[in-house]
Formats: sequence, structure tokens, C-alpha cells
Amino acid sequence: MHEQSIVESLLTLALEKAEKANACKIVSVNLVVGDYTGVMEDAVDFYFSFLSKDTIAAGAKINYTHVPGQLRCRDCDFLFPLQKHDYRCPKCEGKRVEIVGGRELYIENMEVE
Amino acid sequence: MRAKTLSIKENILGANAEKAEINRKLLDSHDILMVNIMSSSGSGKTSLIIRTIDELKHKYRIAVIKGDIASSIDTDKITRQNVPAVQINTAGGCHLDAQMIRKALDTLDLDRTDLIFIENVGNLVCTADFDLGAHKNAVILSVPEGDDKPYKYPVMFVEADVVLVNKIDVLPYFDFRLDTFPEIISGLNPSAKVIPVSAKTGEGLDRWFTWIEERLR
Repeated sequence: MHEQSIVESLLTLALEKAEKANACKIVSVNLVVGDYTGVMEDAVDFYFSFLSKDTIAAGAKINYTHVPGQLRCRDCDFLFPLQKHDYRCPKCEGKRVEIVGGRELYIENMEVE
Repeated sequence: MRAKTLSIKENILGANAEKAEINRKLLDSHDILMVNIMSSSGSGKTSLIIRTIDELKHKYRIAVIKGDIASSIDTDKITRQNVPAVQINTAGGCHLDAQMIRKALDTLDLDRTDLIFIENVGNLVCTADFDLGAHKNAVILSVPEGDDKPYKYPVMFVEADVVLVNKIDVLPYFDFRLDTFPEIISGLNPSAKVIPVSAKTGEGLDRWFTWIEERLR
């Protein structure tokens, strides 16, 4: 379960930012998660509620914005979602692609008091 | 107290990436090449490493850092090759991170090491998201797993510098299309090299040894 270490890093970052802003409570964290990261919401919520106990993030709500996997054709620049079992560009049939969306894993912002 | 919004826009794995960079600099200062080997479980990481140690240990001083969820079965096999092997038990964790590697590096004699292999936890999903400070990533995909894995786990193959297709000795019994596979990889990652091998029979391993040696010079 990679969510545990991801939540540890998430919590460290959130607490550090809240402390810098002299906040005494983290109300919510807005997280951006790409589909390729394989991060599961339920698992993040579970580890977060467990690991944030006794911190100012206890009880904070995590809101998720999911970013779908997206490919860019290296030949014609067309953007398209990953097809099952095919990377071929639907526009020019090119087979050379680059992943341009879906690997995101960052805190967009957080609500603090 | 009034609520306010703090803009963050920072990658959650940023701290890991910073530690990875420190690892890389440490290795560079000792002129060490570190190769991170990733694959699913059972694709032949340990067998490949043992074969490689056999071939190269008389020319280079090799060490192995080995991640596993539990047990030291594989590390014991590697220690029998008379090279230093550090076991990291991740206690359920499905990947290694830069901090774990740093602790392992601290137990090795870096002044007497030329080449370090990291045997990552068997997992195609998330290991590639954690930079460890290695110079090169080698991904192993074995024939029985099927040639569709780059579609299912593209990130792993995007991060690869070399993709070893292992167990080619059993190709006749599986539907793995070795002729079209390199095109799938080069479409996704033009700089990755594909090397078909059999860690069992030794077929193709010369090209892998050459690939390593070219990076050691």
C-alpha cells in the first residue's frame, strides 16, 4: 500500500505549510491526483485519519481532483486519452506518444484557521 | 478564528526527490554507478542480479540493496556471491524510497564500491514514482506476464532506461509478441533500450552486461 508513505509525505508538507502560516487548524486539503499514480481515495482517507491524530490536521477533510491520463502524439501534437491496448494517435495513427497528464500528485491549496 | 486558503501547489513527493538528489551526489562523489531494477514479483530480478554479479564481480566491486516486504531469502542468495548485500524490509510497504536507500548506503563501504544494484520491491504500480537517487532504471518484464504491460503500467516504462524482456527461453509457450514489443516501448519512451534475455539459459545477457559496462566507464 503506497498510500501510507504518500500520506506521511502529504501530512508533513501540510503541517509545515500550516505552521509557516501560523495556522492552528487545518480544515481541508485540496489534493490533485493523476490517474496513473494509482492513489486510492479510501486508502488515503484511512491513513490520513490515523496519522493526523494529535496534529492540527486531525479531522481535516481531503478533497480530490482527479486528472485523467492523457497522451500527446509526438507527430501531430494531438491530445487523447490512453486507449486500452493501444497508444496509436486517433488523428494521425502515429505511434510515438508522450504522457502529459495523469502523473500529478500535489496539494493545490488548503483551508486553515 | 477566520478561515483562509493557503495556496500550496507543491508535489507531495518533492521531499523524496530532494533526498534522491542528495543520494545521487553522494554516489557521484565516490564515482559509483547505481542501477534501480524494477519489475513485478517473480519476473527474475534476483536471478538476473546473480548472473550479472557472476559475470562482472571480477572486474568491478559490486554491492546490492534489496527491498522486500519481508524475509531475507533473496539477500541470502546474493550474499553467497560474496558481495555486500543490504536488506531493506519495507514492513508491508510496496516500494523503496530515497531515505531507505540513504540508510542502506551508509552501511556500505562506498570508497570500495563501483556498482550498486537496487532490487526494488516486486511491483509495477508505484515503484517508479519514487526517485531513489539511482543513475539508471532497469525494468524487467518477463514473457509469461504478457506484452500488454506497457499499456497497463505506462509510467514504469516511461521511467526505464533499459527494458529487459526476461525468460525468452519460454517464448514458444506464451503469446508474447517479441517482434512488435520494442515498437511499443519506443513509442512511449524513445530513449529506452529493449534487451531480450534469459537469466536461466544466459541467452542475450551479453548485451545487458555490455549496457552496464558502457555506463561504468
